Amino acid sequence: MSTEAHNNTADHHEDHGHHHHKDTFITKYIFSIDHKMISKQYLLTGLFMGIIGIAMSILFRMQLAWPDKQFTVYEIFLGKWGAEGIMDPNVYLALVTIHGTIMVFFVLTAGLSGTFSNLLIPLQIGARDMASGFLNMISYWLFFLSSIIMLMSLFVEAGPAAAGWTIYPPLSALPQAMPGSGAGMTLWLVSMAIFIASSLLGSLNYIVTVINLRTKGMSMTRLPLTIWAFFVTAIIGVVSFPVLFSAALMLIMDRSFGTSFFLSDIYIAGEVLHNQGGSPVLFEHLFWFLGHPEVYIVILPALGITSEIIATNSRKPIFGYRAMVASILAIAFLSTIVWGHHMFVSGMNPFLGSVFTFTTLLIAIPSAVKAFNYITTLWKGNLQFNPAMLFSIGLVSTFISGGLTGIILGDSALDINVHDTYFVVAHFHLVMGISALYGLFAGVYHWFPKMFGRMMNKNLGYVHFWVTVIGAYGIFFPMHFIGMAGLPRRYYTNTAFPYFDDLANINVVITIFAIITAAVQLVFLYNFISSIFYGKKAPQNPWKSNTLEWTTPVKHLHGNWPGAIPHVYRWSYDYSKLNKEGDDYVIAGQDFVPQNVPLQEGEEELNH
Amino acid sequence: MEATVVKTGTEGKTWGGGQNPPLKASYGKLMMWFFILSDALTFSGFLAAYGFSRYKFIDSWPVADEVFNHFPFLHGVDAPMYYVALMTFILIFSSVTMVLAVDAGHQMKKSKVVFYMFLTLIGGIIFLGSQAWEWKNFIQGTYGAVETRSGNIIQFLDTDGKRVALSDIALESTQRAVHDRSSGIWYTTDETLSTYTIDDIKSGFAEKENLLVRIQKLDENGHPIVLSREESIAKLNDSGIRVVEGANLYRNEYGHPLFGNFFFFITGFHGFHVFTGVLINLIIFFNILLGTYERRGSYEMVEKVGLYWHFVDLVWVFVFTFFYLV
Repeated sequence: MSTEAHNNTADHHEDHGHHHHKDTFITKYIFSIDHKMISKQYLLTGLFMGIIGIAMSILFRMQLAWPDKQFTVYEIFLGKWGAEGIMDPNVYLALVTIHGTIMVFFVLTAGLSGTFSNLLIPLQIGARDMASGFLNMISYWLFFLSSIIMLMSLFVEAGPAAAGWTIYPPLSALPQAMPGSGAGMTLWLVSMAIFIASSLLGSLNYIVTVINLRTKGMSMTRLPLTIWAFFVTAIIGVVSFPVLFSAALMLIMDRSFGTSFFLSDIYIAGEVLHNQGGSPVLFEHLFWFLGHPEVYIVILPALGITSEIIATNSRKPIFGYRAMVASILAIAFLSTIVWGHHMFVSGMNPFLGSVFTFTTLLIAIPSAVKAFNYITTLWKGNLQFNPAMLFSIGLVSTFISGGLTGIILGDSALDINVHDTYFVVAHFHLVMGISALYGLFAGVYHWFPKMFGRMMNKNLGYVHFWVTVIGAYGIFFPMHFIGMAGLPRRYYTNTAFPYFDDLANINVVITIFAIITAAVQLVFLYNFISSIFYGKKAPQNPWKSNTLEWTTPVKHLHGNWPGAIPHVYRWSYDYSKLNKEGDDYVIAGQDFVPQNVPLQEGEEELNH
Repeated sequence: MEATVVKTGTEGKTWGGGQNPPLKASYGKLMMWFFILSDALTFSGFLAAYGFSRYKFIDSWPVADEVFNHFPFLHGVDAPMYYVALMTFILIFSSVTMVLAVDAGHQMKKSKVVFYMFLTLIGGIIFLGSQAWEWKNFIQGTYGAVETRSGNIIQFLDTDGKRVALSDIALESTQRAVHDRSSGIWYTTDETLSTYTIDDIKSGFAEKENLLVRIQKLDENGHPIVLSREESIAKLNDSGIRVVEGANLYRNEYGHPLFGNFFFFITGFHGFHVFTGVLINLIIFFNILLGTYERRGSYEMVEKVGLYWHFVDLVWVFVFTFFYLV
């Protein structure tokens, strides 16, 4: 390949002359424009936010389980709102709100998509870096800034935003309505506006890099499914986040400048407000036009990651590659026309409700295609049960069990019975929360050697997985039943309703599971941090994987490949492929063929 | 693999990867396109909200012909849409000069690029100024109106169907003087007061026999209903509570206050886009003067800001359509 290699180097040298520069500490670790470093920055920030988000959930779970007990831990973490160990009802709402916001946007959007899109897009498509390293850096630092503002909002006098992560007006629009709708809400909106800008810059980069910078031979149908997932996720983000931005801007106008877009006929604290004509339902429409695609922004990268990990660790080609791509595209398209199913009880015309029911149920088709393809890929595979694989299988499990309840919630008639109960909480936590978190963990275990050049401890990984998987079902499975029994979400305490007395014990069980599950994440954190410094040194291709990122040296260098960028001759799923005679693998004694290996003598390209 | 050339199997394919961008556009241009897609959806959100609210208050939605009927130096002349047509033309013409600048860039003719970019800048600045002038007229108002207890607007006509200004109705102004910090007994700034009090209007209206009231309800032909003289007097006296002059985010003499909200918000947001466009064009303009792109051997930067500029113009076409035309 030597002649060719030379041409290649010349091609790419022009735009990457800068990788000869000497990096200072600041350009290497802080304002880095290298996608691998930016991906680590995203991961660390995302994990940090995740710790806060999960810790908050433990606090409010304790309140739900033992509403009559006093806990010093409230006093420690909540200060004046936990005086004498009693949680203030307003701060309960604030905790729920910020938990939702942090987990959805900061952990599972930026932390998941930001980390792995940044790490894997250039490495797996064979590019030196993102199309614009500079915008990529700006994207991370805007995310960082928005995280800081969101955290700052926890410390304002009246407390952080407390109107739920969906911030429906008028509750969120009127500072008189609740303490959390004052400065805390303003900071929430500012933080989210910056977050949207960050997400936009990141997404533009991901899309353009995938379109323009694929190496020679990397046609769209040879892309690993991870890249397809990140690519489509970025497109959904570019299409849906701006509509949230419209809603947020209009809400800011209503809050701070006296417009009436979402407000009308309000009488509060003995005062008639001037606002006339606005409609809170308008906000719901605008919000859910983002809000629904957002759940796919969260779950698709996780599905992409598992596709890659399940195929690699089953030592089998992914089943139905094109069907997987088609279902990603179908999910992306459908995600933009289903938002009304969040609003079935908003007074929506029942006919419109039935239209949204129809489009919503259509999503079951591509989702089922994906679930079946995972199972068929596992079927008769040579399964390698490392932690990444376990978490991927865990994802398939929660994606199915959480998805099934989606069929009930997506039906406008059935939804009425369980609307705003713990049934909904159980549904979305399993199908997007836990599933996406499993995808995040799977990705970290799988690509840790690529990110940090060391291996994570496998046995701690097993402990982490098994306790998490049992704990997560322990938390969310019982919620289905208390939801069907009618227990509403977002209530500070249910003791005022004798009807719910029988459910109190289940809430205790859920909280105990939650505490155990949260505690075992410390094992993961320990494993993560200690492996960065003391983990076993990683080989170049620890999982015997086909994708291009494993052809780069373990030690990071700006530009990814020391010499020419490898060309690609096959798709990324040539696992256990037999030679023409059928008596050995294509490469004798090796059950995988990396993408940069040309077709062997007499070998046929798999017509996937 | 030695010295033989190994085929990747994607030779000649558009999406086969390698050095040929499949959409025949550099990454920077593609980014601009996707940014435009995103921004277009933000505007779509606003315009959808506008349509939703307008449909809800179709009766009291102001008629654009009556709101935007000013033209510079032609005081008291009813010139509906003339000025906005002119400023729209100027903005679209600045798009044309932008195309010419991009084209001159392709031909690497620096002086022509400079000339056309300059014209584009001027067009943008004139548009921004015009926008400010439109705002000023809207804020100041034309005839004035009275707000009823239920928050609706009633307007005044004479028996010929001509609109009548508040100053022609009131016999005198009994409005108290505005207190400022030097004259006031309160050491704060006073609220903004209307020129006339509601009682001035009521008494003036009762005096002048030829005045009628128009309410914000449409008859079967889609025209606002004009009340008879007796009904008019009753309506004004029973439910008129406040004099409204011009428009702001709280009330609007032309009709529903949401019209004002959306007008200020959407044209403001668009104006902000034009402003940033002018700013970016200015930076590019200086770069052209300094010869940056001449040295780079490509005027693609002009093309990229050109895309943005066309987009901003296109958005205006939609804003113009929904606020002024339909």
